[in-house]
Order: sequence, then structure tokens, then C-alpha cells
Amino acid sequence: MTKARRIYEKIVTGILFSSSTITSFTVILIVVFLFREGIGLFNSTPTEKNYVIAVSRQNTIPIITSNELADIFNQDITNWKQLGGSNDSIIRLTLNDLSGIFTEEELGPNLEYFPQKLNEYVKTTPGIILYLSKEYIPKNFAGRIIPVKKITLLDFTFGKHWYPTSAPIPQFGIWPMIVGTLMVTFGAILFALPFGMATAIFMSEIAGSRLRNIMKPVVELLAGIPSVVYGFFGLVVLVPLIQRLFGLDVGETVLAGSIVLGIMALPTMVTVAEDALHATPKSLREASLALGASELQTLVRVVIPYAKSGISTAVILGTGRAIGETMAVLMVTGNSTHVNYSFLQPTRTIPATIAAELGDTSFGGVHYNALFALAIVLFLFTIIINLSVEVIKNRNKGFNQPR
Amino acid sequence: MTHAEVNNVNVWYDTIHALKDVSLKFERNTVTALIGPSGCGKSTFLRLFNRMNDLIPSFRMNGTVMVNNQDVYSKEIRIDEIRKNVGMVFQKPNPFPKSIFENVAYGLRVNGINNKTIVEDTVERSLRQAALWDEVKDLLKKSALELSGGQQQRLCIARALAVEPKLILMDEPASSLDPISTARIEELIFELKKTYTIILVTHNLQQAGRISDLTAFFYLGELIEYNLTKKIFLNPDNTQTQNYITGRFG
Amino acid sequence: MMSFVVVAILVIILGFIAVRGIGVISWEFLTTAPKEGMTKGGIFPAILGTGCLVIGSMVFAFPVGILSGIYIHEYLMENWWKKFLRMMTNNLAGIPSIVFGLFGMALFVNYLKFGDSILAGSLTLGILTLPVVIRLTEEALKSVPDGLRLGSYALGASKIQTIQKVVLPVAFPNILTGLILSIGRVSGETAPILFTVAAYFLPRLPESISDQVMALPYHLYVLATSGTNMEETRPMAYGTALVLVSIVLIINLSASLLRRQIQKKTKMH
Repeated sequence: MTKARRIYEKIVTGILFSSSTITSFTVILIVVFLFREGIGLFNSTPTEKNYVIAVSRQNTIPIITSNELADIFNQDITNWKQLGGSNDSIIRLTLNDLSGIFTEEELGPNLEYFPQKLNEYVKTTPGIILYLSKEYIPKNFAGRIIPVKKITLLDFTFGKHWYPTSAPIPQFGIWPMIVGTLMVTFGAILFALPFGMATAIFMSEIAGSRLRNIMKPVVELLAGIPSVVYGFFGLVVLVPLIQRLFGLDVGETVLAGSIVLGIMALPTMVTVAEDALHATPKSLREASLALGASELQTLVRVVIPYAKSGISTAVILGTGRAIGETMAVLMVTGNSTHVNYSFLQPTRTIPATIAAELGDTSFGGVHYNALFALAIVLFLFTIIINLSVEVIKNRNKGFNQPR
Repeated sequence: MTHAEVNNVNVWYDTIHALKDVSLKFERNTVTALIGPSGCGKSTFLRLFNRMNDLIPSFRMNGTVMVNNQDVYSKEIRIDEIRKNVGMVFQKPNPFPKSIFENVAYGLRVNGINNKTIVEDTVERSLRQAALWDEVKDLLKKSALELSGGQQQRLCIARALAVEPKLILMDEPASSLDPISTARIEELIFELKKTYTIILVTHNLQQAGRISDLTAFFYLGELIEYNLTKKIFLNPDNTQTQNYITGRFG
Repeated sequence: MMSFVVVAILVIILGFIAVRGIGVISWEFLTTAPKEGMTKGGIFPAILGTGCLVIGSMVFAFPVGILSGIYIHEYLMENWWKKFLRMMTNNLAGIPSIVFGLFGMALFVNYLKFGDSILAGSLTLGILTLPVVIRLTEEALKSVPDGLRLGSYALGASKIQTIQKVVLPVAFPNILTGLILSIGRVSGETAPILFTVAAYFLPRLPESISDQVMALPYHLYVLATSGTNMEETRPMAYGTALVLVSIVLIINLSASLLRRQIQKKTKMH
């Protein structure tokens, strides 16, 4: 071999090697970026940038949480006593309210008396709570700027309210989305499992090779239809149907999402399960038949147990497909962020939330961070799914493969 | 007494004429070896008795196959009934991916026998008959796939014995085993002859000579010669048989 | 019986879209831009945009994916590194498409400052298809009999020569089939392009790779959910759905025809 040739081969090998690392690199990059943007949520106060919450100096409450703030501004909490403070009823003030309290003359033509007036008002009103842009806070402020507690992982995960854009305080509880995602996915599997398994068993055990050659492309075509098309179909056909069938106000429900997702998960399930059933050695079938077992007994007692790991992989991969699906669910589940445990109510899944809201966020804002944090949750779900597939593969090697 | 007989059987796969007008009788408690070059139809012949050929879509046949004076291919008889009465051991050991115990018990369970004592007794008896009991009696809960190849094949024999067939078909039962395991299988066949009728396909002429009472030589789908093993090996009537035995072809 | 439901579902979906959409399809629909709040006109910019994205993503995913597949299958022994690479490929394949969209937005649009552009969208879609391309390359290489490789080595060929002259030519038709399938997948994806390239309404055609474009799947989404005049946009939505489905199905069908052709050929040998 000449030297030039050897160098050439080295270079080619190098190129091949570096290409092969790109996937791993990308996965790592995805993780880094999700966390980089998502973790910001837990380091920031949830209030709008440059806005502060202020109370009277007499107020003894040291720190306030976003949930408490939300309750205060929703008038669910009306007295500081409820938060462990003094017995003063709460008086809420935003910039708009202030213009109602002070006349234009009092404030002066260029608002030059505003700081003084504000200070006077704060001093005389112990129950006050202010939501103001920083620039309106006077230099010698008579009130106290109260820190807002940072969002905790617990609030985020189990918080029941998702109002990402409400003022003065947005709320980022993803519990409704977690419930929605799990319910829609569960429903989809419940729908897809019987049909998928029946189809897989039919294709590998009952159908002749000709019928099988027709079914396989059908399943592949089903897998090839883009998800928006499924969503569109669900929207114009399924949703009105469900609405009429159950006499609902809106047809966009968990059920609609489950059925559409179920259909979408079918091809994955059928293909994987069919492969697994088909891979059962002929010799095992023959042995069972030779012992006088019927075709059905052979299927139930030998083929299915042998293909067990393949079948569970099929179910898990189907779940994976369903859990991450975005567009179709977004179109048929009705986009409600309220916690909902009924199949006949609207809901919204994690991926749908990201798709629906990311377009309206500002880069680097709290809402933007929150959606990335949501993506981390979704990412964790899928990692768990991938890992369980690996685990099943490895565990079943022990019993199923000859040594 | 005749245990099984085949009369004027022809078999086709699509257009291939795989067995040509074959007739044969098998006596009780004998071992018959079916020999012949690859593709001569001896496995097809073996699989007539428990209708395993039916699994091949292009299979067609005429003629009659009788086991225990019953027409195996009659429409009145159920196919799994036949298979219960005819045990089969395959070329490669094919234990189910279940425990040793469940492998042997399988034939009982699919026949609806779940009584614990009956099942346990049958498993033990079958494993003893297959000369495997002493090796596995403490491992009954272990996966059958953990056994060695020879043990697996004896397990498959035990599995076949558990449903108490009278006729046992063996399709090259030792071809994938090492010499020591082969010797054990042969001993076992010798032992089983006392209670069972055995039909055995083999490629190994020495094996046929060692363990069979009768030998049938097949060539290109035809039964060329059928006689006592001694006769076939020492002084065959047919020159084709002679050529095959002496290794001139095959 | 239940299994025929699967066939029925396919027939119903395709039939429904075909019946409702066929009336909308016309030469004008395919070649002009949407007009009057997307209630009139055509979908040409969206078709062209999808074409751009498919080409862009393939320019990235094909070379990287195929090279990577070759390396994993031909060069690596069964060791932890190969297992690791396989696991990473599987993980990448399992990540939901919306997460790719987020990632593309964070990295390409914001961090690398490509903005919403064909470049950002193509790269995001490219990454999405990468695992598919790698896996199909591996499958294709697996179907090349080892005897061919050994034969080539025995004649004194080096590894790279063997791959170039023997393995790749044999595996090529299978790789091609897979590539066509992955094009089908890319042309239907919506979630990854939402925030990286897709334009809500952009009647002019793109001029460079840093322009935004419309894309068929996103256009369908927009028409179906957020039109100002639902009654009027519905027919346009049916038409768009039919065009999108037809494109994807034609791609898939040609892939399976090609595969059948290959199988016939190999049977002859």
C-alpha cells in the first residue's frame, strides 16, 4: 500500500467516525439546551420583568408565593390575616387603579407629585398591596418591596393552575397537562391495543401470505400519513360525531384525542408485534402441534409467551408514539388547561401546550423558560419509555434464548 | 401385530411428486429406520402419521395412512386427536421457553389435565423414561433452555412421552448432538422399544444399523427396499440400495 | 374480524379526504398563492416551501446518516461503544418531534441567530430524520452477505475498497428505498417547523435560505384551526390535505415498488 493510499484511508475512517458521533452529540446538545432554557424558570421570580410587588411597612409578612399573589388578585384572599399577617383587609392597587384615586391636578402636569402622593397613600393604608413597574417606585419609598418566592419544582409539577400570561402574576402549574397527557395516552393505548394485537395475530398466524402482502403495505401507509392530516380528519369527522353522540357542548375531548392517537399508534404496534410473533421459531409451533395442541392452544401457550417481550415492546413503542404526538392532539382535544379527569371534557397535553404557546412568548422570558421546562418533562417521559424497552429486551434474553 | 400402515400413498408439493405410491407396514414394538439421500421423501413420509405435512399450504396427497386401525386422513377424526396418539421428536431440540417441568407437562395441560398429582407423577415418569430424571430433578423450575443440547433433546423425548403415545416419530433426533449425547439417545431408543413403536429418520447409516430392527430405503420419492436391517446392510436385494449403503452416492 | 378495522380506517380517511378535496384541486390551486384571507387562490408557496425543506434536510441528513451507518455497521465490533451509539440513536429517534422544534428554536434560531429560516428548519428536520437514515443504512448493510466481504478481502482489497466496491453497490438499492421513505416522513412533519421556519401567510416565494417559507402541513393546520372565516377556508383545507396526503403516499408507494423490484431481482440470482 502506498503512503498516499494509507493517508486517504485514515481520512475516510476519520470522517466516518465523526459522522457516527453526531447523533450522540445531538442528544447531548438537546439535553443541554432544554435544561439551559428550562432551568431558568426555577431561578426567576415569576413576575413580569421590571415589575415589583410592594406592601406597607407595617405589613409583617416576609415573603409571598405566587399562588398567594394569584389568590389575592383573584380576590380569593381578602385579608392579610389569611396569610398570617395583621387583621387588615387587602387593598389591591395597580397603575390603572392609581389614576382613579388621584386626580390629574394632584399628580401635576408631568406626574412630578406622583412619588409624594404614592408615599402618603401607602403610609395611610396598612392593607395595601401594589403591583407596579420599578420606574414608578419613588426613591424614598414609604412602603416595602416584598420578595416573591421563586417557583419550586413542587409548585411546577403539582400546581393545578396554568395561567402563563396573567398579570400581575402568571402561574405555571403543569398538573393539568400531565393529567391530560396521561389520560389521552392511556385512552389511545386502550383503543389501539385490542385492534393492534388482533391485527398482528391475524397477519402472522391466520392470514395466508397473499393477504399478509396486502395488509403490510396498508399498515405502512397508515404510518405514513402526516399527523396534521389525522388531526384534520379528527377535527372535521370525529369531533362533530362525538359531540352529537354524547350530546356535548363541544366535541373536542380527551376521547377524540385518544381515538386519533390510537389510530396513529396502531401501525407502530402492529408492525412490532407482528414481527415478534413471526419470529417465533417454526420448530416450537411444530412441537406443540405434534403434542396434540390445537392451533389456538399453540398460539396462546407457545407463540404469545415466546413473543411476549416483543409484544410489550410494541405496546411501549406505541405509547411513545402517542405521548409525544403534537399536532393531531392539539387539533382535537380542545385546548383547556383546567384539570380534568373525564374523557368527555376538553384537555391539553404537554406537547400541544408547547406548540400552542411557544409562538407567543418572548425569548428568555419566564413563559419561554416554562415551556422548555415542560419539554424537559416530556423528554423524561420518553427517556423512561426508551429505557423500559431496553430493559425488556435485556431481561428476556435470559429465558428466551438458548445458551 | 400391525401398528401403523401406509397404503399407496402419493404426495405432491405443488408440481413436485414427493412420494410415489408408497406402501409400508410397521409392527408393534419395533424400531424402523428410514434412510436415503436428502430430498428422497423420508421426512415427508414420517410426517404423514401425525399430519404435520398439513402445515405446508402446497401439500396434496392420496392413499391411506392407518394408525391403530384408524384412518389418519379421514374427515371424521380430529387432527389434534391424531397428534396426541403419535409422539414426535424433531431434528433440533426445540424445548419451549418455559421451565423444564412445564415443558413436559405441556401436552397434558393442552389436553385439559391439570390435576396436580397426575401432572407431577406423569412428569416424573416421563423424565425417568427419557433417562433425564436424575440430572434435572432438582432443576425442574429452571428454564429448559439452560440445559445442554443432549439434555434438551431428551427433554423433548420426555415431552413426547408424557401424552402416552404408542407410536413415536423421530426426525434425525441425534443429528445436532455430540457423540456422547448421541450414544445416550440411542440407548434410550433401545430402551423405549419395549413399550413403543418407533419410526426414525436418520442420515447416519451406522446409527440405523445399530438401533433399528427394520430399515426402509427411499430414493427420489420411491420406496426402493424394505427389510430387516441386517438383511439391508449385509445383503440388499436392490443394487441402488447396495450403492447407497456402501457409500457410492448420497 | 377486528383486523379489518385497520384496513377500514385507512380507506375511510383516504376516501374522505379524496372525495372532499378532489373538487378543489385545479391547476390554479396548485400554482398560485393564497388570496383574500386564504379563502381563494392556491397553495403554491406551501408546496414549494415543503420542497425546499425536504431538500435542505436531506442535504444534511443523508451524508451524515449514511456515513454514520457505515461506520457503526462495518467498523465497530460488538462492544460498549457500539451499544452506546445504538442507544443514542434510539434515544434520538424516540424524542417527540415537538422537542426537536424547541431545540431547533433554541439552538438555530436564537443561539446561532439564524432566525426563522429555511436553514434553521432544514437542520431541525435533518436532525429529526438522522436516526431513521442511520438505522435504514445499517439494515441495508446487514442484508449484504458476509461472503461478499470475505471474498473481497481474500483478493487483497482493503476495508475501504471492500466497502466502496462491493458492499455499497449491493446495499445501494435498499439504502435508496429507505431514503425515499424518510423523505415521505419529513414532508409531513409539522411540529419541528412551527418555530423554526414556517410562515403563517407569506404569498411571495423565498429568495435565500435565510427566508421563511410556508409549508404544506403547517398550512393545513392553519387552515383547519385558525382561519378568520372557517366556512370559506374549509374547502381550501380539504384541497391542501389531499395534496399533502398524495405527495406522501406517492413517495411511500414508489419506495415500496422499488423494494419489490429489488426483491424480484435478488430472487433471480
